[in-house]
Amino acid sequence: MEFLQPLDRKEALEAKAAHPEAVPIFGGTDVMVELNFARTRPRAMLDLTRIPEIREWGEEDGRLLRVGAGVTYAQIIAELGNKLPGLAMASRTVGSPQIRNRGTVGGNLGTASPAGDGLPPLYASDAEVEIDSTEGVRRVPVSEFILGPKRSVLKENELISAFYLPEAEGPQQYSKIGPRNAMVIAVCSFGLALHPEREKVGTCIGSAGPTPIRAGDAEDFIEGVLEEGGLWESRVAIDEAALRRFGEMVAAAARPIDDVRGTGEYRRHSVGVLAKRTLMWAWDEYREATDAA
Amino acid sequence: MRLRLEVNGERREVDGVWEGESLLYVLRERLGLPGSKNACEQGECGSCSVYMDGILVCSCLVLAGQAEGREVVTVEGIAGGDELHPVQEAFVEAGAVQCGFCTPGFVVATHDLLRREPEPTDAEIREALAGNLCRCTGYEKILDAVRLAAQRTG
Repeated sequence: MEFLQPLDRKEALEAKAAHPEAVPIFGGTDVMVELNFARTRPRAMLDLTRIPEIREWGEEDGRLLRVGAGVTYAQIIAELGNKLPGLAMASRTVGSPQIRNRGTVGGNLGTASPAGDGLPPLYASDAEVEIDSTEGVRRVPVSEFILGPKRSVLKENELISAFYLPEAEGPQQYSKIGPRNAMVIAVCSFGLALHPEREKVGTCIGSAGPTPIRAGDAEDFIEGVLEEGGLWESRVAIDEAALRRFGEMVAAAARPIDDVRGTGEYRRHSVGVLAKRTLMWAWDEYREATDAA
Repeated sequence: MRLRLEVNGERREVDGVWEGESLLYVLRERLGLPGSKNACEQGECGSCSVYMDGILVCSCLVLAGQAEGREVVTVEGIAGGDELHPVQEAFVEAGAVQCGFCTPGFVVATHDLLRREPEPTDAEIREALAGNLCRCTGYEKILDAVRLAAQRTG
């Protein structure tokens, strides 16, 4: 096995081009499990932890943030809680302190598991993934980046360098079901973001389908309810029937399977419950914000 | 390959490291530091917890080469010489050690918690130790030990 340790972006891209079979590693929280259990014996490992810029985040034009693929969950929680509240909430549910100190959203994207906690908040706010190679940089919407369980559009000579996510313009939520409060791979999860300036609602179902899934019909429905009732302006409570219908439509959008963590039936039911609750919580926060103002 | 790193304040050089092995393997099998325990090898149990450049990590999830040039502190390096660290003393006194297998990981994770938060609430203790599993002592005694250590060091 070869061990490659590039010291900057250029070296990393050249190394990946020269060794397309090399497995990239940053926090190791997924990759090392595969290695320790001899599920994989790659010909080369490509360590990305020495590339300084991959650990950084910053503001692009306007309110768009560029977050390096090597920014850890611990960093997101400590530094981006205000700007990306949904992603920070999801990050707090990842593993343990030891895992959050090493694991990254970039790694979640690389693994492309439908259960990745960092993914629903990315879908709910229309994130884009930045992909880098010696041939150039390209940006792909996250919903087009992940193709299926552990499959993405990433080519052999490419590396994930960052993701782009707009700073929150309204309340965001993330909720997750598992047998305990820590160290849990989601049985199912749900991310929700209110975008009051555009009068949009972003959603994403986690761990109840082959990829994270946007519940587009449910979004259209609730946006219609909010618009027709003038609720974005009046900030009146959403009525119970509409909340329930929203939950049902999210449940209908799930494409769950039975596995060791739960049955498909349970997942479909519970993701609907999570959807209703997260919408209620986010809307309550939106309503309170006006009281304060 | 050759690996150079600092372990418990000492510069160490190891030859013949396989590129696919973990920092935990290097510590235990190549450097003779068996304090960090090898249990789950998937980051679930926390018994291999060490500091790398001052950050609490599962050493089973660090690829050996990633530790090149880094400063690693294991449970053996928490206290000086034959002394016990107040966290270790508290674990002994509170009876928070039964078989002892999970103890090194709990000691390092508790050390990390008290460094960040000298007077943690119970919720903070539970959160900080959520990644460390104990299968025999029981968590009540471990919580007692952490509270005792906090009292003495805080």
